[in-house]
Amino acid sequence: MSFSWAKAYEPKHPLMKWIDERLPLPRVVYGAVGGGYPVPRNLNYWWNFGVLAGIFLTIQIVTGIVLAMHYYATTDGAFNSVNGLIMRDVNAGWLLRYAHMNGASFFFIVTYIHIFRGLYYGSYKAPRELVWMLGLVIYLLMMATAFMGYVLPWGQMSYWGAQVITGFFSAFPVVGEPIRIWLLGGYAPDEAALTRFFSLHYLLPFVIAGVVILHIWALHIPGSGNPTGVDVKDEKDTLPFHPFYTAKDGWFAAAVLLAYAIVTYFAPNYLGHPDNYIPANPLATPAEIVPEWYFWPFYAILRSFTFDFILPAKLWGVLAMFSSILLLFFLPWVDKSPVRSGSYRPVFKRFFWLLVIDVIILGWAGGGAPTPFRNAVGQISAAYYFLHFLVILPLVSAFETPLPLPKSISDSVLHGEEAEAAPAGPKPRRTKTATAVVE
Amino acid sequence: MATKATSAEDSAGTGGEGVRRRDFLNVAAVSFAGVGGVVAIAPLLVQMAPSADVLALSTTEVDISKVQPGQGIKVSWRKQPVFVRNLTPKEISEANAVPLSELRDPQTLAERTKPGHMNWLITLGVCTHLGCVPLGISAEENRGPYGGYFCPCHGSEYDTAARIRQGPAPKNLVVPDYEFTTPTTVMIGAKGK
Repeated sequence: MSFSWAKAYEPKHPLMKWIDERLPLPRVVYGAVGGGYPVPRNLNYWWNFGVLAGIFLTIQIVTGIVLAMHYYATTDGAFNSVNGLIMRDVNAGWLLRYAHMNGASFFFIVTYIHIFRGLYYGSYKAPRELVWMLGLVIYLLMMATAFMGYVLPWGQMSYWGAQVITGFFSAFPVVGEPIRIWLLGGYAPDEAALTRFFSLHYLLPFVIAGVVILHIWALHIPGSGNPTGVDVKDEKDTLPFHPFYTAKDGWFAAAVLLAYAIVTYFAPNYLGHPDNYIPANPLATPAEIVPEWYFWPFYAILRSFTFDFILPAKLWGVLAMFSSILLLFFLPWVDKSPVRSGSYRPVFKRFFWLLVIDVIILGWAGGGAPTPFRNAVGQISAAYYFLHFLVILPLVSAFETPLPLPKSISDSVLHGEEAEAAPAGPKPRRTKTATAVVE
Repeated sequence: MATKATSAEDSAGTGGEGVRRRDFLNVAAVSFAGVGGVVAIAPLLVQMAPSADVLALSTTEVDISKVQPGQGIKVSWRKQPVFVRNLTPKEISEANAVPLSELRDPQTLAERTKPGHMNWLITLGVCTHLGCVPLGISAEENRGPYGGYFCPCHGSEYDTAARIRQGPAPKNLVVPDYEFTTPTTVMIGAKGK
């Protein structure tokens, strides 16, 4: 950690001293998530979701490892091993399976909140660009892992989801179809595809864990951001991670885990699709193929191209879907405003909430059978998604007059901001987050 | 290079200018290891391609003697559905009446069937949009407004030659390789006649 006042690790027990001299692992942990990591003192609850994502990754790995002990990765055995063996015969199998199923959904819920936190507070801006980009890599790995995991029960949605998603690759001219066949190891999803998806589904969470370590490492070079977006100036601005943020993260994690438990016990199938309880049938397509809810916005973007324009509509859809995520990698350079926090950017803030609404509408458009109305709504909201990042954001960052920033974090926390308010600039409004007030 | 290496031989070990024998050996060894490394990746990549047991299923023999005009059957080839349809004269004339300029993927019915077997329309039952199985192989199912096949997923409509007419699919239903081994037997997957 870069702050000079960060406390150094001092082993008290002779054994810890002995270990520290030989392998300074306790020192690394203390500096990363202990008293040795100074954190801005003004973090609000939106900053809890990174730790929560780590908790859900752990839950997924632990429940996944034990489920793999009972799962058969064969086209004949997969469906029955999940829905018969694990759900009925294995002791506590039903709980582990439902925990894993809903753990994936909660992992995505907290990750989406974490991502939108980053978008609002400008967490992607210098010097944290690599933190942001590594986070996107984690997100892409999560999507791949979740997709392959959904194939494993070998129900109708598993099978046809695999068919549709690997079908994306066949949109690319010439090389597309050979790539699809190579990825599947056959001409349609079958034994070869199922076993390789199982192998990769087991592998990728550990890759995610590795990238998470890089993500945290890169974060801890400049230190955590904060709701004002103002850099930490001195020791008064920070608190040690332990016990202050371990306590806050701890109780909040308990609250979210309670919500997770309620869903897992009382509505375990609410977030799933009933058709996945029908065994996979390669000769009959379900009436509608929809992915899991966390892919709906992207599915809407995929479906929003319905006519050919130079390239086939299908290729446009696939390119748009991939670029909707890839363009986020360029966000640090698209949004040039030097002010990080959306709390001090009155115009940006409004467009941010429009984007949130737009993504929710996209989710609705991607989550149901395509009707002309739903398609039209999907097309408009997909167009707006790209408009936001490619046009609105650069313009806003060029023309917006931000509100005056507080002198320091401790000033914004301890004295309100009356002392900070500059006479110039538009009259700011009082909001829940720290903004300047002109009396 | 060669001359340099020869002249460098004299000064090898003296730290002189130019390419020394040790540099050459270094580059050669690392390059060779690099080539070896790339070659070692090959089995990791080719193992993902369809294996021999998958390819062994690459032909399927279908008895079509019981399929009356207007009827169709769905068979499985390489784990994919194949539609074998015996077109009625009316369906054939409907398909032939469509001008090619109206088609997104222009092909005639003759190009999509075998000579002398124009009534046998054999296509994959895989929508070219995103791979769903279209409806319409049995007459009770929804065949869409063009009388061929209708994909329930995103509403692609195919005509009686299984050509795309409306909806998001970019191509006609794919005609697989097949041949008539006897007048009433079709070998799907066999290249030839």
